[in-house]
Amino acid sequence: MRRRLYLLAAAAVVLVVLPLVLSEFRTLQLATVGAYFIAIVGLDVLVGHSGQVSLGHGGLMAVGGYTTAILMAHHGVLDLWTIPLAALVAGGIGVLFGVPALRLTGLFLALATFGIAVVLPTLLKHFGHFTGGSTGITLFGSPEQSGHGVGYLGMTNDTWLYALTWTIGIALFLLAWWLLSSRFGRALRAARDSEPAAAASGINRSAYRVAAFGISAAYAGVAGALYAINVAYVSPDTYSIQLSLLLLVGAVVGGYGSIWAALGGALLIEYLPDVVSSKQAGPATFFYGAAIIAAVFAVHIVRKVSAR
Amino acid sequence: MANLLQQIVSGLASGGIYGSLALALVLIYRATGVINFAQGELATLSAFICASLVGHGWSFWAAFAATVALSFAGGMGLHTVLIRPLARGPLLGIVILTIGLLIAVNGLDTWLWGGAVRQFQGPFSTSPIRVGGVAFSKQDLGVIAVSLVAVALMGLLLSRTKLGLGLRAAAANPDESRLAGVPVDGMYALGWGLAAALGAVAGVLAAPSLLLEPNMMQTVLLYAFAAALVGAMTSPLGAVLGGLGLGVLLNLLGTYVHWIGGDLRLAAALALILGLLLVRRRA
Repeated sequence: MRRRLYLLAAAAVVLVVLPLVLSEFRTLQLATVGAYFIAIVGLDVLVGHSGQVSLGHGGLMAVGGYTTAILMAHHGVLDLWTIPLAALVAGGIGVLFGVPALRLTGLFLALATFGIAVVLPTLLKHFGHFTGGSTGITLFGSPEQSGHGVGYLGMTNDTWLYALTWTIGIALFLLAWWLLSSRFGRALRAARDSEPAAAASGINRSAYRVAAFGISAAYAGVAGALYAINVAYVSPDTYSIQLSLLLLVGAVVGGYGSIWAALGGALLIEYLPDVVSSKQAGPATFFYGAAIIAAVFAVHIVRKVSAR
Repeated sequence: MANLLQQIVSGLASGGIYGSLALALVLIYRATGVINFAQGELATLSAFICASLVGHGWSFWAAFAATVALSFAGGMGLHTVLIRPLARGPLLGIVILTIGLLIAVNGLDTWLWGGAVRQFQGPFSTSPIRVGGVAFSKQDLGVIAVSLVAVALMGLLLSRTKLGLGLRAAAANPDESRLAGVPVDGMYALGWGLAAALGAVAGVLAAPSLLLEPNMMQTVLLYAFAAALVGAMTSPLGAVLGGLGLGVLLNLLGTYVHWIGGDLRLAAALALILGLLLVRRRA
């Protein structure tokens, strides 16, 4: 426990120092890493602790991102205010989806969410009246809407976005940590592991599973909102099926409930496309897929060995 | 009326492709209880292989046969190397595995053939043929014929041969089949091989009209999922009829229902998937 606290403190120091030594460009990149980090922490609540699979969390990030974009660009709302609203909208959709999802067993829930993630970009393109179609929405509305921290402590716009994202990111991580180690988390895991045992202990399994969907979706909504604020732009292609797949891989392959795994997954999502859009796109993607397969095998072997 | 007939035939052509891929999904689900998210990408890989053989001067049908055979062997290999060792592991591991496979194969296509869209000259000309005053595309008719032959051969194999009996037995009751001397793991591998072969047929048939590129089958996979769910993921006939019906339905919706048009067809398929899942699958 003590060593864990030291590690966390060291991580906090690194987080504070990084923007001082990195270029503006890198700082902004790390801010978007923070957004992915939040989404993965939220997905871990669902996949790791409630045992429900979602291949559609990129879609929930899109809900958050578009909530922020529409509120800022069409209604002149300040960027900070759009973040809780994005959490509410995405969380609400998560709850609404969580109810029918109760009827689906593992593979078929994966299939349903996969379908949603594939179709969502085409819907965003179709309903261009709200979403700006394929061109998306640019968030540079009026200058008063964003950049509230610029100037304090000598912060530039990029360091402000970095500080904002990671402050919220760390707060949400601690919240998830507290939630999952509380009664709520224990009940959630009980509902995952044994339906009869959970029922015998008076745990309303359905309510917990729907709540996990809602919480997880709200995290994705915040992640999407912060992502949109960071890059000041949303478009259907930002939220492709690849994003959803990468989020799930990030949440699962690294192992559950670990801040480092979430961080690793988030870094991967940010930097992989850089590699992939280069000339080496094919090999990079191929080896990335191969690494995922290898990781599944590694996890499987570790489980087998430790079960002996 | 002529237009309606044309649209139905062209819907059947797409439907034959959806049905073949859906049947592949059903074969794998029945044999090993896995939903293979990489089925579409594997079909694309097969199409690339076929295109490359044709590019090396092979005749189309020789390349097609070689591709199907190669895909069959590849599918069996995939099961033996990747799926079988994880068979008793947790479900999530298999889902992530097929996603890893999806990403890896997609990357392999880009690596070997580049990400650009390329033409693929199919065996059938796109010129029309007139039947009773209605012009049908020769390509559509050819695609329908080939996919129906492939699906019918698979049906005969499953229902009329000893191999098919073993396959069905291994899927329905592995323990008793083992006792009766059925090589159960071999049957599962056979299921994966047949699925990959069917996927190859679907990929090669789709390539001339969809144009060949690494993401070619991603939307087709969603249609195939919808078709397979018509047969509750377990009925081969349901999957094929579902595919044909879906192809026609989507084509007619796209043509005659203007608010759906071309770009909401995928959403219509998703609505069908969600509807079928919620009606059929009670946890």
